[in-house]
Amino acid sequence: MSKYVSKMSELKIELDKKPSVLKGNYSPQDWWDLPVEFHDGNWCFPGKPEVLQELGFPNPRKWAATDADWQLPADWKKTISDGLQSRLKKYRSMKLFLDSCIRCGACADKCHFFLGTGDPKNMPVLRAELLRSVYRNDFPLVEKILKGFSGARQLTPEVIKEWHMYFNQCTECRRCSVFCPLGIDTAEITMLVRELLNLIGVNNNWILAPVANCNRTGNHLGIEPHTFVQNIESLADDVKELTGVAVNPTFNRKGAEVLFITPSGDVFGDPGVYTMMGYMLLFHHVGLDYTISTYASEGGNFGMFTSNDMMKKINAKMYHEAERLGVKWMLGGECGHMWRVVNQYMSTMNGPADFLEQPVSPITGTRFSNAAATKMVHIVEFTADLIHHKKLKLDPKRNDHLRTTFHDSCNIARGMGMFEEPRYVLNNVCNTFHEMPENTIREKTFCCGSGSGLNAEEYMEIRMKGGLPRAHAVKYVKERHKVDSLVTICAIDRASLTPLMKYWNPGVAVYGLHELVGNALIMDGEKKRTTDLRENTMAGFEDGGDDEE
Amino acid sequence: MKKILMPFVMVIVLALIPYLAVHYAGLTYLFGVIVPYTAAAVLVLGVLWRLFNWMRRPVPFCIPTTCGQEKSFAWIKHNPIENPTNSWQAGIRVLTEVLFFRSLFRNTKAEWHKDANLAYGSHKWLWLGGLVFHWSLLIIVLRHARFFFVMVPGFVDILDYADGFFDIILPTFYVTDALALAAVTFLFVRRLRDAKMRILSLPTDYFPLFLIGAIVVVGVLMRYVVRLNIMPVKDQMLRLVNFSFDAPGEIGTLFYVHIFLVSVLAIYFPFSKLMHAGAIFLSPTRNLANNSRIKRHINPWNKDIKFKTYSEYEDDYRDKMKKANLPLEKQ
Repeated sequence: MSKYVSKMSELKIELDKKPSVLKGNYSPQDWWDLPVEFHDGNWCFPGKPEVLQELGFPNPRKWAATDADWQLPADWKKTISDGLQSRLKKYRSMKLFLDSCIRCGACADKCHFFLGTGDPKNMPVLRAELLRSVYRNDFPLVEKILKGFSGARQLTPEVIKEWHMYFNQCTECRRCSVFCPLGIDTAEITMLVRELLNLIGVNNNWILAPVANCNRTGNHLGIEPHTFVQNIESLADDVKELTGVAVNPTFNRKGAEVLFITPSGDVFGDPGVYTMMGYMLLFHHVGLDYTISTYASEGGNFGMFTSNDMMKKINAKMYHEAERLGVKWMLGGECGHMWRVVNQYMSTMNGPADFLEQPVSPITGTRFSNAAATKMVHIVEFTADLIHHKKLKLDPKRNDHLRTTFHDSCNIARGMGMFEEPRYVLNNVCNTFHEMPENTIREKTFCCGSGSGLNAEEYMEIRMKGGLPRAHAVKYVKERHKVDSLVTICAIDRASLTPLMKYWNPGVAVYGLHELVGNALIMDGEKKRTTDLRENTMAGFEDGGDDEE
Repeated sequence: MKKILMPFVMVIVLALIPYLAVHYAGLTYLFGVIVPYTAAAVLVLGVLWRLFNWMRRPVPFCIPTTCGQEKSFAWIKHNPIENPTNSWQAGIRVLTEVLFFRSLFRNTKAEWHKDANLAYGSHKWLWLGGLVFHWSLLIIVLRHARFFFVMVPGFVDILDYADGFFDIILPTFYVTDALALAAVTFLFVRRLRDAKMRILSLPTDYFPLFLIGAIVVVGVLMRYVVRLNIMPVKDQMLRLVNFSFDAPGEIGTLFYVHIFLVSVLAIYFPFSKLMHAGAIFLSPTRNLANNSRIKRHINPWNKDIKFKTYSEYEDDYRDKMKKANLPLEKQ
């Protein structure tokens, strides 16, 4: 499937054979003595020099993680330690999380990367310890007298390599922070370390190229305005062909009531495009007065995986465009980290959005008081409210060819807490829904293994290992309930769970929730529908048998 | 293993210092007056400094970890503790963490089975052990209040009565003494038995366990084995709390070992992971309400940044936008 990962059967044997701390058959060795080894499949290509130049980022050069010399800038040590000090002053969380860990080990076996790789440095406590051991070096005298007592060590190029490896084997999913008795959130530490590494040019092209694209063209995929419009219009054509209904999206239209923003993956990538078709059918169904912007054409925010400034910069376009277009409020599509940003950062960074009104559903009259400050409503909240008020004509039988389970996206789960709305919508648009095991859903959900900008092809080995716990939970419902459809509300999930399922659970397809909504919607003036939005035949709606298949 | 031996030897040496110094050199004033005062000062000032040092740093973003349903519609049940929307709810969340170790209660244990099969089972031992450890120590510390007041406060009598419920030996046997020792032993053994715990533990994890264990052991020896005369001990403690710098009277040497180890713990406390006792109240993933969509959270250093504005974007793409029939600000 990819040259960057061995076959599933081989990987299984490798994982079964290799001793690991997870299995308890690991020979005692201190973690700081374990070597850091890069090979094909466990490192992402670094940022290309031209991408760094475009972003004005330091130390553009050609290099690879497998190089012995990473060509760090001459003053890299000072840059890192000054950078750390200044961030400790800006973030209480940082200082607290570095100071207060008691190494109780509650987080140790909660990380999907640890479960998938068995590598001790993927235990969240040790991941943070990689930084803590350097941070702790404030008492050189103590360290001299009681060598090794406090677990402090020097900052060396080896440490930088170790950081690069392990802070890119963290998807900022926050599962560890659910279990931590002190609420330590490794995502905070990972965000900070990635910011520090970017200061000395240790980076990931799969993150920085989208960031540069987003600054230039308005979206991560670098789609220019005319192509963006063409793409969505061709999706509207597909909708017309499949349903006979003309949905007419508008672009950059002033005076629309709602500005709709979704990750660009929904406009361009398979299977995200079907979710986009679902959105358009829904909006048409309820007659929503909305517009899509080609400038604020990205819901996602890879700046979040780069630096605080970059997150703010990319996010700023949303309010800027909403103000220019004079809309009343904003509606956001299905995406994970987008919603972490919108829920926990947007209003703080780029608000207040006084030029917008508190969102009110024009169809049901529901006032979204939980979005009173940001003025941005989640599409699943919007749809759940519509269904609750019986404003949608739905035929869940149209999804009878799918046996579904639901994957809670990390950021929606642990950075927002939207658990019931998607289940409510899903239960109303399909008839077969089975939950994965209790310890793998809701706030305990497992990451897809490719979040936070790690979705690169060349990173396949780590992605398939990191995704194992999620895949394994899907396998559970696949075997017990014949589940064949994994429904998500995250664009990264749609892109990354697809290969993950292909690898571990062939036969399970990945769907966006609104794709199923689109399937189930009974549109006014629609033609007889025999296939779903992917042109798969629906069960019980066959077309009189004239189909050759 | 050096990681374990080093702190173990340190605690033994620390226990021997006052024993030798008092027994052979008669340094009772140093260990009965000067060291305890110094330790108390370091503890109080150190903890205050650490708390101040944390609290003076801003909390730029509202980053609670949401472990329950958000507040959205009236018809969807909101989980106000695991996903608080106001400070009261967040306060309850923090208190349940502090008093009952709420997050630890969720703990699971992952197991790897053949053929890449993962299983997760409920695993409440750490929760139970931790809870017993902290609560026992708290009750033991509160019981010690009888040494600091001429008249024993009422709550101490109640605690004494409850704690001495199993009145099977003389002097009254305290359940918490046994529980604290059992919990320390558990917390130590679990660091040895599990491969994960072995590799992630540092000497600074064993040291406080050994130190607290030693303090309890010496206390138990004084009470049940050596049967130290407690009247001079109480006299000395009363002198200390009354800021009298008089020399201590005739007290058994073990008392000096006990109070010295307590002093070491007090001095070590503000500079170590033991400060988690204060940090837990400040943890932003627990003490903030998930209301950043409802109410704007203020970042005191919110930095101005330059982003690509719409007009710059239109300048870049005007021709292409025109061809695509997109509305333009400038023709």
